[in-house]
Amino acid sequence: MENKLIGSSSPHIRSDETTQKLMLDVIIGLTPALAASIFYFGFNSLILLVASVVAAVVTEYLCERAMGRAITVTDLSAVVTGILLAFNLPASAPWWVAVVGAAFAIAVVKQVFGGLGFNFLNPALAGRAFLMASWSTHMTTGFINPVTDVVASATPLAILKGTATGTLPSVMDMLLGNIPGVIGETSAILLLIGGIYLIYRGTIKWIIPVVYIGTVAVIALVVDGGGMLLYHLFGGGLMLGAFFMATDYSTSPVTDKGKVIFAVGAGVLTMLIRKVGGYPEGVSYSILLMNILTPMIDKYVTPKVFGVAGGVKNEK
Amino acid sequence: MSTKLFTFKGGVHPPQNKTFTQNVPIENAVDPKIVVIPLSQHIGAPCDPLVAVGDTVKVGQKIGESKAFVSVPVHSSVSGTVKKIEQHQVPGGSKVNCIIIESDGKFEVHESVQPKGNLESLSKDEILSIIKEAGMAGMGGAAFPTHVKLAPPKDKVIDVLLVNGAECEPYLTADHRIMLEKPELVILGIKAIKKALGVEKCYIAIEKNKPDAIEMLQKLAEGEDGIEVCPMEVKYPQGDEKRIINAITGRIVPSGGLPMEVGCVVENVGTVATIGNVFMTGMPAVQRVVTVSGSAVKNPKNIYVRIGTLFKDVIEQCGGYSEEPGKILNGGPMMGIAQFTDEVPVVKGTSGILVFNKKDAQIPEPSNCILCGRCVEACPVYLQPYKISRFSILKKFDEADELHGADCIECGGCSYVCPAKRPLKETISIAKKEILTRRKKAK
Ligand code: SF4
Ligand code: SF4
Repeated sequence: MENKLIGSSSPHIRSDETTQKLMLDVIIGLTPALAASIFYFGFNSLILLVASVVAAVVTEYLCERAMGRAITVTDLSAVVTGILLAFNLPASAPWWVAVVGAAFAIAVVKQVFGGLGFNFLNPALAGRAFLMASWSTHMTTGFINPVTDVVASATPLAILKGTATGTLPSVMDMLLGNIPGVIGETSAILLLIGGIYLIYRGTIKWIIPVVYIGTVAVIALVVDGGGMLLYHLFGGGLMLGAFFMATDYSTSPVTDKGKVIFAVGAGVLTMLIRKVGGYPEGVSYSILLMNILTPMIDKYVTPKVFGVAGGVKNEK
Repeated sequence: MSTKLFTFKGGVHPPQNKTFTQNVPIENAVDPKIVVIPLSQHIGAPCDPLVAVGDTVKVGQKIGESKAFVSVPVHSSVSGTVKKIEQHQVPGGSKVNCIIIESDGKFEVHESVQPKGNLESLSKDEILSIIKEAGMAGMGGAAFPTHVKLAPPKDKVIDVLLVNGAECEPYLTADHRIMLEKPELVILGIKAIKKALGVEKCYIAIEKNKPDAIEMLQKLAEGEDGIEVCPMEVKYPQGDEKRIINAITGRIVPSGGLPMEVGCVVENVGTVATIGNVFMTGMPAVQRVVTVSGSAVKNPKNIYVRIGTLFKDVIEQCGGYSEEPGKILNGGPMMGIAQFTDEVPVVKGTSGILVFNKKDAQIPEPSNCILCGRCVEACPVYLQPYKISRFSILKKFDEADELHGADCIECGGCSYVCPAKRPLKETISIAKKEILTRRKKAK
């Protein structure tokens, strides 16, 4: 009997939370918005989602095979990236744009750096930025208006910015998602429900979404006044970004204090881009910029060790 | 009862799994035929044997002793004949010198075992020497000699005694049952320690998942001066001594320091009850309550076991294995030590014997750290386990030191919560050991 006993180091029990379960939770949180995107934008939305998810998973598998790493497609993180990337595309985008974007996100942004946890940029957002740089027409024009089904509608934020003409949609339409935009960002209310689900489950913490949205709200109030507030909050990608992109574990700070800094920074940058920069929307770039700062934040914003007076340094 | 619950920041909530044994009264162990009594069951100098092979011994007879201050004697837990004195595997993981005694089944008590008389008539020093002579070492797991803790250097003023009845490890219920069934021994032990330390104030810390024990001790404490029961939040590692001190007194033991530096002494409730028993009956520490539980034990129980009884004999009394064991632990599942054999003796620090089946014994394969921050949140010392572990794996021990890897209390909370199943505590322990050795060398 002796030698059959397992002699591992303590602790001898582990929580039943796994990476896979966390990712599954994120997918569940994205599901209402996903359903809405198909509802509003129809078949093409479904094609983009499928193309993107399949491309992400296949790329992950192939990269891991090629680099001789353990195959981790079952952890579902590639599925999450695939959905998020598709969410960032306009409904009129051709399917191959989704494939190229997802493949780039997984291969270049994630696997080259060592796979899950080692990437410092959010793969979906970096994939989107890559597509913007390469095929900007597919990315910034061709927003479909779900009501009229007409291509090339202006998004609420573009109208707000004055880079496009049109009438602003009603607040109700904006909450429900009945507005032009990329396929995953339009239904504020369903994204909110998914986000609250994740917070309730403990999958993500409330800090980043609440502080991020709060920062945007405060700046919007000060700069644009109360009338435009709801458009700033619900007319663009803020809900999607704040709940599902900025909360990505690997690319956001680990500590609570770090998360606050990250979220305030993202909020300020978002409004800076919207009001001063050249684009109508600034959510993805501001999150990417804060992704870049995250390793620094994690290096310097650290908890104070119990029983150590002041600072983190050891007085030797 | 006040509604305020004492607690600390951080920690985890593993499933408690205490229902198997929490309502099972302590049962006396079947008399062992053979006991293996290690000459070192405590932190400090090992004892030299006082008996030789062939000698007859009685229950409570001193059979090993050391001249060193940081050490306690060992006693025979049976009457019978010394068969061998040899190296034997012990639950701590190594082999140490042990006295192996064959019981004659009579359990004749040695003449040195006499009630110690009234506490009032004993001086501080007399109490301390009785405690040392009784072989008292911490029974919560660490097994530090009790009399050393109770005799701090002159410049340290102790004003609070904390009795640790938190029992935050899953499965274990030995302390719970002791508080329920032997509360008067707990109170007597507290009085003896208070007198030895010269402190006025004693708090008994109990997690609120033991309402019956809280009530029981509260009732007894009412009639006493300066004894107060503090219900604690149910959270692991609530029973860590620095967490208890912080939760109840608000004091913070400095990094690398001892409780006495903030005027506190923490004693496990099982230790306190045993001290009570020493003064009541004179019987030294030759028995202890052990929780036997886990998925591969047929009838989980709390058993009053004679020190030196082999694990397999204790498990036998619980109906034996219900299925093939995958893992046997000395202690709880969070900090207990996995055994390679069931032929190790129960020692003073054995709070539980847990046997897991093959399935429960498996530890899942680790994957990449996803930087979720759960380990940081769980750490009761506010360390950053994921970073220290990474440095440890890379053998960058200076970096691990800068992040205070040596302050890790090895509670295992970080490894427990990690969704990627990283071996955090394991790797941090390696760094801690390395850092401490380097510091010693540097001196
Ligand atoms: S780092 Fe050490 S003290 Fe902190 S949770 Fe892990 S084992 Fe416990
Ligand atoms: S809990 Fe595990 S996955 Fe999360 S940060 Fe810590 S080591 Fe990484």
